[in-house]
Amino acid sequence: MNTPSRAADAGLCGCPVCGLVCDGVADPGRCPRCHCELHSRKPESLSRTWALLTAALILYVPANILPVMYTQSIDSGSAGREDTIFSGVIGFWQSGSWDIAAIIFIASILIPSTKFIVLAVLLVNARRRRVRRPALQAQLYRALEAVGYWSMLDVLVVGLVTAVVKFRGVSEAEPRIGILFFGMVVVLTMLGTLAFDPRLLWDSPSRHPPHG
Amino acid sequence: MQIHPTLIACMNCDTLSQRPSLMGAEQATCANCGAMLLRAGPGLQHLLALSLAAAVLYIIANVFPVIGINVNGRASDTTLWGSVLSLADHATAPIAIVVALALIVVPALRIGLMCWILLHAQAGRRAPLFNFLMRIWAGLHPWSMVEVGVLAALVSIVKLSGLVHVQAGVGIWAMAALAVLLTVLAHWDTRSLWPELAGGRR
Repeated sequence: MNTPSRAADAGLCGCPVCGLVCDGVADPGRCPRCHCELHSRKPESLSRTWALLTAALILYVPANILPVMYTQSIDSGSAGREDTIFSGVIGFWQSGSWDIAAIIFIASILIPSTKFIVLAVLLVNARRRRVRRPALQAQLYRALEAVGYWSMLDVLVVGLVTAVVKFRGVSEAEPRIGILFFGMVVVLTMLGTLAFDPRLLWDSPSRHPPHG
Repeated sequence: MQIHPTLIACMNCDTLSQRPSLMGAEQATCANCGAMLLRAGPGLQHLLALSLAAAVLYIIANVFPVIGINVNGRASDTTLWGSVLSLADHATAPIAIVVALALIVVPALRIGLMCWILLHAQAGRRAPLFNFLMRIWAGLHPWSMVEVGVLAALVSIVKLSGLVHVQAGVGIWAMAALAVLLTVLAHWDTRSLWPELAGGRR
């Protein structure tokens, strides 16, 4: 095949569950083999992704400002300390575990902020008349899908640490509300990534009406 | 409605290609965007063996403690479920649901579904509820986070080791092995099952 032909142009649609390609499907239709719902493009992809991304950005503020965990131990006296996501990274750095600090920095700060930027770039580009370097952007999208869920790391760490440190009066750890916001940011950006349809990057709006 | 069993459409860019027939560990990628189109998998018997092993590891990972600590002779430990309860105990409760799904419920569903479908496929049958379960299977994948849980347990151990005496529990080893098996199973392209098993129309 010299010029790649595209399913939507040929009036065909591929099923996301069983992979069958079928013809002349009403949108939305049903796959004749596995009966799942078929859409030529994910429904309302752009507006759904924008909505989820915006919600995630709003929650990102309390997620970073509010403390995520409270810890109190015998040697620090009665005064406990509250950590935010960022002060947690600094804490590891100062205690000499720069490797763990790097892991948390990547999972909790670098990945979420990169995700915001990349998703926004993809959303803006998907509306363009001609998308520049779609192959690179398709790769970025697949990278988002692959690494996004690692951001849940901090939420799981808070869960484990607060579950195991429970010596009343001697040493205690409790989760704080910031981790709820942070977890919601991760879930919303994951939903946003899933709602985005990478096929839009290859659609030229001059041939197709914009979807969503 | 007409079907085109000889074609395959890329889910990332919508390019049509001829459906290749693959063997062994071969994989087909889209000529236009480079995304994975189709993968040949290990045999069903292999997959079934891996799924059953995953089921055993899943039970060990959930029953035994993941981390234990010791402060002045007082000991404490936690399982995965314990970490969910700890988050559920405070204002952070909604995120406990997400953690329970990611570490406990979704992995269990994945393993259970896999065993159910493969045990029937092994006997040359289509499992009851096959269509429905395969649709669920397709949606589960992004929400399974056992591998993140392993890293979280390691980070927690380092975090605590500065303050108290920490030991890794049996659960963490089982989780690590489970994460490997789930990754291998996730590599399996379930779409390859359809041509074989979808023959009998409902």
